[in-house]
Amino acid sequence: MLDVSIAASHAPEFPVIEGVDWTVQAGDFWVVGGSSGSGKSDLLATAAGLLRPVRGVHRLFGQELIQLDEEELIRQRRRVGLVFGNEGRLFNQLSIAENLALPLCYHRNCAAPEVRDRVEEILEHTGLSAMANRTPASVNRSLRSRVALARALTLQPELLLLDNPVRESDPTQRRWWIEFLSGLCAGHAVLSRRHTTIVVATDDFRPWLGAGEKFALIARNRWLTIGTRPALAGCAEPLLRELLHEETSP
Amino acid sequence: MGPPLKCRTAVDPPTGATYFAAVRNAPVSTPGFDSSSDVTQDRWARRYLNWIGWRILRLINTIRGLGAFGLITLGVMATKFKTASHVIHPLIRAQIHRAGVRLLPIVSFVALALGLVVIGQTVALLSRVGATTYAGTIMVTVVVRELGPLITALLVLARIGTAIVIELGTARALGEVEALEALGIDPIHYLVMPRVVGLALGIFSLTVYLILMTLVGGYLFAFLQDVPLMPGDYFSQLATALRWEDFVLLALKTCAFGAIIAVVTCYHGLARPLRIQEVAEATTRAVVESLVACTVLDALFIIVYLLM
Repeated sequence: MLDVSIAASHAPEFPVIEGVDWTVQAGDFWVVGGSSGSGKSDLLATAAGLLRPVRGVHRLFGQELIQLDEEELIRQRRRVGLVFGNEGRLFNQLSIAENLALPLCYHRNCAAPEVRDRVEEILEHTGLSAMANRTPASVNRSLRSRVALARALTLQPELLLLDNPVRESDPTQRRWWIEFLSGLCAGHAVLSRRHTTIVVATDDFRPWLGAGEKFALIARNRWLTIGTRPALAGCAEPLLRELLHEETSP
Repeated sequence: MGPPLKCRTAVDPPTGATYFAAVRNAPVSTPGFDSSSDVTQDRWARRYLNWIGWRILRLINTIRGLGAFGLITLGVMATKFKTASHVIHPLIRAQIHRAGVRLLPIVSFVALALGLVVIGQTVALLSRVGATTYAGTIMVTVVVRELGPLITALLVLARIGTAIVIELGTARALGEVEALEALGIDPIHYLVMPRVVGLALGIFSLTVYLILMTLVGGYLFAFLQDVPLMPGDYFSQLATALRWEDFVLLALKTCAFGAIIAVVTCYHGLARPLRIQEVAEATTRAVVESLVACTVLDALFIIVYLLM
């Protein structure tokens, strides 16, 4: 649950989103829209516990983050998978398979061969098996986001936050993303058929209209909850029309 | 509603004081570089004082940031040394290899040059005045206590320290540090600790190697100059001049050099989000600060040696 004002990571003293009153229920599929630079990435980083809000209360899985010690905070953070925008912030000196193996090896304290099976399983589910030994820099930009998703899945997150994952994608890739994320939400084999809560931040609502269940906007530095799909039609916010790429009358 | 919270990642340094920010942002020029002729003496004095104050505050802020970063690193090393050992210990070994084994050729070259310059010349001079019995003492003082550790530290700083700032600065600029945090991996534990331990052990090992090469190589040069000093006499002088404190202080000094270089270079790479174009400037600053810190530490060790 978030009831906070979110700060920008480059200017932590000044809020970029005011009045975020947002509760995510288990199994939800949220789509949060906002124009470029509106603070979507900072919202997700704050939701994941990487940034602290300027003010307000941030509860993650029922626990107020400000009251947790470092160990507890890391434990809670591991329950959240964050897929960064801008090519996923992959570790460029490691291969794709090593990118996936790193969090597993670190938290299980084991060598890479011991997690090979799990890494191969995730790579297979995400369609990346053929490029396991390549470095992130050598694969297509749109596939790097998919590698970031695969890396986030290694820790079997209960909540998955994705920052504009289909921005660089062609229609085929976009379809894959939407089907895969819908599958995760409904219970996918890669996460042992467990329902995963999904939050997608985007600057284009259109691809997500079919998959998203709940919608919200960041408009003029304010948080605006729209609600479920039928509520979209009744929302008069001009930004929504822009994100739906609908013609607005002058 | 609680008080405003400042968001900060695990590796951010303490934020600067308000006064520091005000002084830093003030339009202050360096005295002596102001070409305008109508600047009154009063204004000039104020500018000069402002400039001195700005430099002092910047120094204090740097020391505070480095101190905080060093203490955080020390805390992580104390509490997490065995955590994720299957991941971290190979990284430590890689850093030792990088700051030790891979530098052997250049260290060998420098050791032979140092032997020629210092030992060859000194022993030759001592033999001319009939004071070759002091050769061992002079060698131990000059090479073992002073030049060996400092030259090795400078070589490692030039070859590895600069690379650390660039690779960590680039990783920070590309958001890899935040990615580590998002995966529940402590960036200090994963990125800094292996470099601190690796550089400390690497510089220690390289210094021992450089000293041995310098002492042996230097004697060979002296031998080629027909200096009347038998190898047995030379090495027994060295053994007599060396005390057990020399070994302890050598280990402490070299490990401290390694830790200082690693902490300063990691700090400049990681402490604040860098833009790619800022990485070069951060590298220069890190090299200068490492150099100053190592020299200051060396001076402190001279006091210890004098007290011995």
